[in-house]
Amino acid sequence: MSTTTQTAPGTAAPSYYDLDEHEHPPGASTMLGFWLYLMSDCLIFAMLFAAYGVYGGSYAGGPGPKELFELPLVAVNTTALLLSSITYGFAMINADEQNKAATLRWLAITGVFGAAFLSIELYEFSNLIHEGAGPWRSAFLSSFFTLVGTHGLHVTFGIIWLVTLMVQVARRGLEPANLRRLQCLSLFWHFLDVIWIGVFTFVYLLGVLR
Amino acid sequence: MSADTHGHGHDAGHGHHDAHDHHGGAAHGSRREYWIGFILSVLLTAPAFGLVMTGVISDPRVTAGIVMALAMVQIFVHMIYFLHMNTKSENGWTMLALIFTAIIVLIVIAGSLWVMYHMNLNMMPGMGGEMSSGGM
Repeated sequence: MSTTTQTAPGTAAPSYYDLDEHEHPPGASTMLGFWLYLMSDCLIFAMLFAAYGVYGGSYAGGPGPKELFELPLVAVNTTALLLSSITYGFAMINADEQNKAATLRWLAITGVFGAAFLSIELYEFSNLIHEGAGPWRSAFLSSFFTLVGTHGLHVTFGIIWLVTLMVQVARRGLEPANLRRLQCLSLFWHFLDVIWIGVFTFVYLLGVLR
Repeated sequence: MSADTHGHGHDAGHGHHDAHDHHGGAAHGSRREYWIGFILSVLLTAPAFGLVMTGVISDPRVTAGIVMALAMVQIFVHMIYFLHMNTKSENGWTMLALIFTAIIVLIVIAGSLWVMYHMNLNMMPGMGGEMSSGGM
């Protein structure tokens, strides 16, 4: 995970290549690697946003955003995700201060907000499907469910990751490896909040305005 | 923008001797930074929802413009205060990756909308009834 190139058995690295590769502590390149993963994830969302932008007006004679979207619900959802972002920030600060109990507490609060977000979203989805506005109804709804569902899936995995890390931190404490994992999840969690800005703006708010 | 995030101790450009946790693209934020980011986010999100839900501005295109502008600003706020982006972390590679990604995202989204819009316009009658009924 740490060094990218040097796996030569003799460890006699060519002198032209070992300018700063020698003193890599474990995980030195993890954060950059994870950032690159997030950027590629960003491209996935760009595709889904583009698809929604193209199909967002194709109702196939079915219901449109104005009839379907409930903005108060979306506002609550947005609040939950935003609050979870700042509580994760507090968890990170406490982790840096090696305060294990407070870190776990803030992580738990973050998880609760994340779960609240997910349950509201699932409630919204089930409502839509009950109204007969499932993803099969029109191209608009297909692209809507794909985009918002992919984001929700990311949040789901984020929560699983969060619980896993809480167990790790509880068992092994705030050691360097765990701090690094917490930092990765921090990037992931805040990144999802950034994507959600795009979702509530371009899908919900502009959809209702349309 | 990042005056109070810790410096990364990259004295001569590639000093990898410092502690492991100072390598991260994620520079560490302070409580103050998180609060600023949070309050700015609330100040940017609430008006967007308020404008759309109350319909104060009669022209929806003006409302849409304001809402999109608020979203763009808020994305920057999140990048700076929550993701702690700056031009220095990882010797600038995170920023470079971000700029590259932003360009691709722009091409993908703007290009798709542009191409598909004109394709719908030029579709032969009867071929794309559903597509063109929505309008963009």
